[in-house]
Amino acid sequence: MFENRYRLRPAPPFRVPVGGGVLIVVVDSATPAVTAALASVDDTGVELLAASVTVDARAHGELLAPAVTSVLAKGGATPKDLDAVVAGLGPGPFTGLRVGLVTAAALADSLNIPAYGVCSLDALGWAAGPGRVLVATDARRKEIYWAVYEDGVRLTDPAVGKPADVLLSYGAGPLSAGADPRPEPHAARLLDGTRAAVGDGAHRYADILGLPVLDEPRYPPAAGFAALAADRVRDRMPTEPLTPLYLRRPDAVLPGERKPALR
Amino acid sequence: MTDQPTARDEPLVLGIETSCDETGIGIVRGHTLLADAIASSVDEHARFGGVVPEVASRAHLEAVVPTMHRALADAGVALSDVDAIAVTAGPGLAGALLVGVAAAKGYALAAEKPIYGVNHLAAHVAVDTLEHGALPEPAIALLVSGGHSSLLLVEDLARKVTPLGSTIDDAAGEAFDKVARLLGLPFPGGPPIDRAARAGDPSAIPFPRGLSAARDLAAHRYDFSFSGLKTAVARWVEARERAGEPVPVENVAASFQEAVCDVLTAKAVDACRAHGVGTLVIGGGVAANSRIRTLAEERCAKHGITVRVPRPKLCTDNGAMVAALGSHLVAAGVTPSKLDLPADSAMPLTTVNV
Ligand SMILES: [Zn+2]
Repeated sequence: MFENRYRLRPAPPFRVPVGGGVLIVVVDSATPAVTAALASVDDTGVELLAASVTVDARAHGELLAPAVTSVLAKGGATPKDLDAVVAGLGPGPFTGLRVGLVTAAALADSLNIPAYGVCSLDALGWAAGPGRVLVATDARRKEIYWAVYEDGVRLTDPAVGKPADVLLSYGAGPLSAGADPRPEPHAARLLDGTRAAVGDGAHRYADILGLPVLDEPRYPPAAGFAALAADRVRDRMPTEPLTPLYLRRPDAVLPGERKPALR
Repeated sequence: MTDQPTARDEPLVLGIETSCDETGIGIVRGHTLLADAIASSVDEHARFGGVVPEVASRAHLEAVVPTMHRALADAGVALSDVDAIAVTAGPGLAGALLVGVAAAKGYALAAEKPIYGVNHLAAHVAVDTLEHGALPEPAIALLVSGGHSSLLLVEDLARKVTPLGSTIDDAAGEAFDKVARLLGLPFPGGPPIDRAARAGDPSAIPFPRGLSAARDLAAHRYDFSFSGLKTAVARWVEARERAGEPVPVENVAASFQEAVCDVLTAKAVDACRAHGVGTLVIGGGVAANSRIRTLAEERCAKHGITVRVPRPKLCTDNGAMVAALGSHLVAAGVTPSKLDLPADSAMPLTTVNV
């Protein structure tokens, strides 16, 4: 079901697709991987024409725009050939995440084409394969961004928390909203069926999570974003606000009482 | 703004500014201001008593596209018309800068335009060209705001800017904010202190002039210090409160403001005279203060120095200043930046563009 959704063509450069296919650019900077890709979307599926992935948590701002230029060049396309922009909405460390979103917003605005957002965890969940998996990316501060997927479909809202608390939080997801308010049975139900964990956060905290960790994908794959936005691209849906999934409030402290200068 | 004819052969440049809490996008042609669109997150910071970097960054992300639309509409141009996009690459808040830099790159690459990553402080100098035309060189620039207090020698605005001195502790604008808080006045502190000071006596309280004594001048001739002044105001106010006496807000504000403006203008005039420079440009949010303008004009007139202060809206952070510097760089034939240009929160003053 998952394997045949996209095909990576072996050798660039290519002609811009004809016959109904439209060109999209994908950007995601929600994890240490700075990802840009050029893909073609047609009625039969999504074709990845060129992708650039560089893992460097400190250089999103430097790397992303040149990566976009490079995938366009590899795919033999110019910015004007683009029909839509697809962006990873996070969750992810704020500063890096914003680079991708503002880049996507500027591209779409400048070219007057729609922008579509995809939860970055969903791209990992999409690629993780069948069955129930826990997707986890690194949230720094010894925490993870996570969600649970079944056959690529998300079962819980994206969340942030300590790896050890994920098990407890399972009960708080949509599954607990039903008849039985007790979290434990649902946590057990979810965990029972979870075959593996996937993503950078799963690798970092494998010992705490206690689930088998898949080697790949470690970061949200470009093909996942393209596939998950494909219907909206095909239907030419209206542009979406690219609202980041921050999941945390800004660190800001209200000033206390005035400190006396004397004493 | 002087009414210069808009020559079609002058560069049409769009500037993006996000180094602090203002999302500014300005458009200029040559020295002519066409648009100066601003979205500010200042209200979101007010209750914290200062700019919260993450709050500012979030606001920039939301404001960039709408501000761009306003700027283009105000100028009556399309993005495809512009000759270059300039963006503040530093100094400033790292996360905030990055939003503007990434946005500029996105627009530049999509519209296939050259990009200039520029220095925020040089842009504060360049904005004066929108008001008074080409800047005579060399000039001395006094830049004072909540984030910076610097004296610069500008020999060539496109290529040679030399820092002479800067604050060794608080920025002047920061001192305004802190004293305003002490007096129960709102944030940002500049405008309410300026207003209160008008009804006060600037010589009522002899607050200290930082780094102005002979022994300090040897090592810090062009440097500033406002931390001691801020503490002196706090001590004075608290002594009054302890004695159960009312605090004369107007006199405190006027005397504090006088101490700040006295030091800033004295050192700026000294720098002009020492370097044989006949032009002083004042920029940054504190340049909007009414007293600094008057005092600078008084003191410069005595020495035949011309003072150039742009109107208040151009003194505070905005995109027009970035566009003005970009326009100057394009006209001077400076090579554009590469698309991998970094945002540099600590960009040195000597760097005009990256
Ligand atoms: Zn400034």
